Amino acid sequence: MDGRVKPGHDDGTERTGHLIDHWMEATVFKQIVRRLGTAVPSLIGVVIVTFLLTRVLPGDTAAYFAGPAATPQAIAEIKAQLGLDRPLPVQFLAYVKDLATGNLGMSLTTGQPVFEDIRARLPASAELTLLGLILSVAVSVPLGILAAVRQGSWIDHLCRVIATAGVSLPVFFTGLLLVYVFYYKLGWAPAPMGRLDFFYTAPDTVTGFYLIDSLLAGDLEVFRAAWSQIWLPAVTLAIFSLAPIARMTRASMLSVLASDFVRTARASGLKPSKVVMGYAFRNALLPVITTLGMVFSFLLGANVLVEKVFAWPGIGSYAIEALITSDYAPVQGFVLAMAILYVLLNLAIDILYGLVDPRVRIEA
Amino acid sequence: MNMHAGANHMQPPLLEVRDLTVEFATRRGTVRAVEKIDLTLAKGETLGIVGESGSGKSVTSFAVMRILDRAGRIAEGTITLGGVDIGTAPEGAVRALRGREMSMIFQNPRAALNPIRKVGKQIEDVLIEHVQAQPSDAREKAIEVLKAVRIARPEERYHAYPFELSGGMCQRIVIALALACRPQLLIADEPTTGLDVTTQKAVMDLVVELTRARNMSTILITHDLGLASAYCDRVMVMEKGRVVETATAAEIFRAPQHPYTRKLMRATPRRGVTLRDLLPVDAAPAAAAPTAPVEGAGTPLLVVENLVKEYPRQAPATGLAGAFGIKGAAADPFRAVDGISFSVARGESLGLVGESGCGKSTTSMMLMRLLDPTSGRIVFKGEELSAIPARRFAGSKWRSRIQLVFQDPTDSLNPRYTAARAIADPLLRMGSGLSGKALRAKVEELAGLVGLPVNLLDRFPHQLSGGQKARVGIARAIAPDPDLVILDEPTAALDVSVQAVVLNLLQDLKQRLGMSYIFVSHDLEVVRLLCDRVMVMRAGRIVEAGATETVMTAPKADYTRELLASIPHPPI
Amino acid sequence: MTLAATDAAPKDSLFSHARHIVAENPVTGLAFGLFALFALAALIGPYVVPHDPLASNTSAALQPPSATYWFGTDQLGRDIFSRVVVAARLDMIIAVASVALVFVGGGFAGIASGYCGGWTDRIVGRVSDTIMAFPLFVLAMGIVAALGNTVTNIVIATAIINFPLYVRVARAEANIRREAGFVQAARLAGNSEMRILLGHIAPNILPIMMVQVSLTMGYAILNAAGLSFIGLGVRPPTPEWGIMVAEGASFIISGEWWIAFFPGVTLMLAVFCFNLLGDGLRDLVDPQRRT
Repeated sequence: MDGRVKPGHDDGTERTGHLIDHWMEATVFKQIVRRLGTAVPSLIGVVIVTFLLTRVLPGDTAAYFAGPAATPQAIAEIKAQLGLDRPLPVQFLAYVKDLATGNLGMSLTTGQPVFEDIRARLPASAELTLLGLILSVAVSVPLGILAAVRQGSWIDHLCRVIATAGVSLPVFFTGLLLVYVFYYKLGWAPAPMGRLDFFYTAPDTVTGFYLIDSLLAGDLEVFRAAWSQIWLPAVTLAIFSLAPIARMTRASMLSVLASDFVRTARASGLKPSKVVMGYAFRNALLPVITTLGMVFSFLLGANVLVEKVFAWPGIGSYAIEALITSDYAPVQGFVLAMAILYVLLNLAIDILYGLVDPRVRIEA
Repeated sequence: MNMHAGANHMQPPLLEVRDLTVEFATRRGTVRAVEKIDLTLAKGETLGIVGESGSGKSVTSFAVMRILDRAGRIAEGTITLGGVDIGTAPEGAVRALRGREMSMIFQNPRAALNPIRKVGKQIEDVLIEHVQAQPSDAREKAIEVLKAVRIARPEERYHAYPFELSGGMCQRIVIALALACRPQLLIADEPTTGLDVTTQKAVMDLVVELTRARNMSTILITHDLGLASAYCDRVMVMEKGRVVETATAAEIFRAPQHPYTRKLMRATPRRGVTLRDLLPVDAAPAAAAPTAPVEGAGTPLLVVENLVKEYPRQAPATGLAGAFGIKGAAADPFRAVDGISFSVARGESLGLVGESGCGKSTTSMMLMRLLDPTSGRIVFKGEELSAIPARRFAGSKWRSRIQLVFQDPTDSLNPRYTAARAIADPLLRMGSGLSGKALRAKVEELAGLVGLPVNLLDRFPHQLSGGQKARVGIARAIAPDPDLVILDEPTAALDVSVQAVVLNLLQDLKQRLGMSYIFVSHDLEVVRLLCDRVMVMRAGRIVEAGATETVMTAPKADYTRELLASIPHPPI
Repeated sequence: MTLAATDAAPKDSLFSHARHIVAENPVTGLAFGLFALFALAALIGPYVVPHDPLASNTSAALQPPSATYWFGTDQLGRDIFSRVVVAARLDMIIAVASVALVFVGGGFAGIASGYCGGWTDRIVGRVSDTIMAFPLFVLAMGIVAALGNTVTNIVIATAIINFPLYVRVARAEANIRREAGFVQAARLAGNSEMRILLGHIAPNILPIMMVQVSLTMGYAILNAAGLSFIGLGVRPPTPEWGIMVAEGASFIISGEWWIAFFPGVTLMLAVFCFNLLGDGLRDLVDPQRRT
């Protein structure tokens, strides 16, 4: 009921290609603006939820600050000091104002502003997660395509086993197994103790990613050291995210290969490589891109666990340390940072989707 | 076998199929979809392959192109195209023939095109693949091809994506793809199924014109004997994987030899036959004289006055507004039904005919009181039904008076209900007060009325055939003993022989139970068989109404004439 | 071989279909068996284990697997086999409770939103979009941190993060069926909207929701174990698979692999079993595979 003219007559009621040409350049930009618009309610939701989480935190923040021996009067004073006695909407506004100025509170454990802590540790998490994703996509997408093209072959069976087994693996357990095999048994990896052996100094910060910064600095030795530390946790993450991507690639390739337009392409005598890669794969990519959103959600969560296993100094292990010491400001900051990061990643996925699929572009 | 003469008499045939057998590996073992088929096609000849669903007609064509899916294989026989043995040639050689020497066009043209590639580029792909163009001049040549299939403004259409084009336009693109490299053989697999009748004619005329001009050979695969005989030199009839008869188009209608052909031919609605003629000779019941409409006591059963249904046209919401689900400013509303008035007498059958999007379905939804009209009156037995909102109509005493037979018998049955439970549903809900044995007896009586064997009553829909499901749907509709039944294309999803039986059943029921019908359909030939009066709709309005015979023989509106001219007629 | 195969009632193509699926895919049969084993451990585990899962015995600390201690002992000398078996009950309770919660809540919200549309749809959609805006495990961490570090809150958090999945499935299914022919037919037969929703639409959605239940069950176990791995929810010395892996983690680098290995493998098998069951159930309810 969207009021578009129903196709049916042959007399040119549909939009013409002419229009589209003029649209194209403007549309890509427009579309990005529109997608940015759709991210706004998500961000508002995120801010409201994190605010609510801070309000229901256990053990009453004021009582916590006042210490165990505080009188009710002292607690009330601290409450007033922190503004906790004001009505919720007022507190919410104050909260939003704090967020806007980057004020996420202080960490009791490190004694630093939470914002600074997170900014310093974010690159470590991002480097690990991205490398994990790249490894995973590099394996799972070709695997899914091959499994679909050679349906019923050994590679197809392999793909199905990986898809089912992979989603069943607790990521922290895989990590530990890999550490046991590659560190304790084979000695191919260093002890799971952070980003860089204490023997080396971190390269000058440009991107914050040691692998890139060390190359920029031309220091191959540091690069090798950083690589030796990161490959095992990255492989752990990759194994974890392999399954959903391979599964979706296989399924969507299979359904596209069985579709009418692939039959048309075959009936027109196009080369198998053109049919599979040019026609089928680009169409099959669409559901895979959508799945990436879900994969990122899993990856960012799994990242927390992997950071704990490998003592990786990212924001995940920061949050876990804070949780253990009941230091709640860093936990809130962490949840907020992860959510914002995830919203931005979804935005990027949406834009990518629009670039591949003309139908979305034009409905914009 | 083929006595068809012609100029190509002395030449070797372009396509020759001998003893073709195609097998499919299924969970229940090997199934033979096609068995020992012979087929010869001369240069420039058009052959129709006709059969109902499951007859193996499409499989035959896939075998000729050698594009059977993974499970299927050519088990036996030879296929020779211009001297090349398609059955045994290496894949690379057959691929070179596809698109260049033999091409295919498909049912559902929109799905047959790559949805995310510009149509012009798709044509280029084929041209470049078969070295008919270089990347430098491909665009120019693709536009030429678009011109050849009569696409207006081809330079613009080159940039269009399939979803921006109408069904008929998509089919032209598919034809352009198929003919781009000027092949010698074109296989058209149900090329017009799902298209409106006027579009169907345009597409078929185009195919015939282009293939004649290029002296191509064509195989037209269809379930419609009328279409095949109107456009083909010869017709081959298939049943259950076997060829039962091959003859010239004229002969097959004049003197069908095989009993199956005779049955199929009889069942095809066409000019000058009555409903009873559609049934096989031996199955026809004692001829019921076509009764005149029962004279109602003056007042018509249903009066519709100035009925209108508007839908808001939404301007696309943008930016933040869109993000929050706020709708853009409303444009002019779209009028699906634009002020129609008519009446139905007691015992009368009224046909409502039009192409897709003409508003006939919206009209029937409003008459069914499932949808509220924007304005206008629906008066039934003197009571203004439009005053009761659709939301509350299910609880009204009038609900049982108007019932519907659905288009798709599968979709309209709850997969979790047995046939008996489905038929009993309206009896349970509308206060018949029946239960237990009495209810079962009533359901069995209804099953008897519609000719559904009682032993099928405990089956679930997926265990019934299409015709049986249609009978369940009809039994459910007549269960509350309605005064008016709306038939929404009740036979569109059925094979012609089943259609013939169902149409006759509907006619018998009407006479026995004294109901009135409104028969909604896109097919004037079918409507003619069942209806005393007919209305032709277009763009929400009634363009012509009158006695069926008058409208069919002396149409007044241009649009009616166009519709009638589009119906394919066998060459007799 | 399975419960399905024993039923010989002729009425049921469903059972014969189930048998067929098990025959075609013995892995599903295996999953049924595994499931029975886990259910058994959860029901009678605490009464049949060889050792007290909480009793420490420093003289027998850090022993590798042996005839006495099948899975070895941990740093306090507790029997790992007994702890793994006893933990089944807690892990299953967390998974079942959270899935039951979200099945009712998410299923109802989804069907209502798909069937009614309008404001109901918009509100339910906005709520689930907001949940989906978080990486799910991170949100679960935040919820448990905020509500308090208890097992109940783990259940609640797991239910909340699964909410959008259930809403999406139920909503889509209800939405397709809203205008389906058989629903229209039910309206014509005089059924009220509530009766259509409960009598016609819900039963048709149920099988698909059951598949969802089986698949999210595995995810719920993983999620709960992940939370306890980082120290949320379950407190030591309570036996629970996630926390046991966490306790064994520091011994991995010194070669005492069995402390983390056995609870980890059990956890993996449990999740694997539910995922396989989900796939099997999907085949069972998929009408395309039904003949």
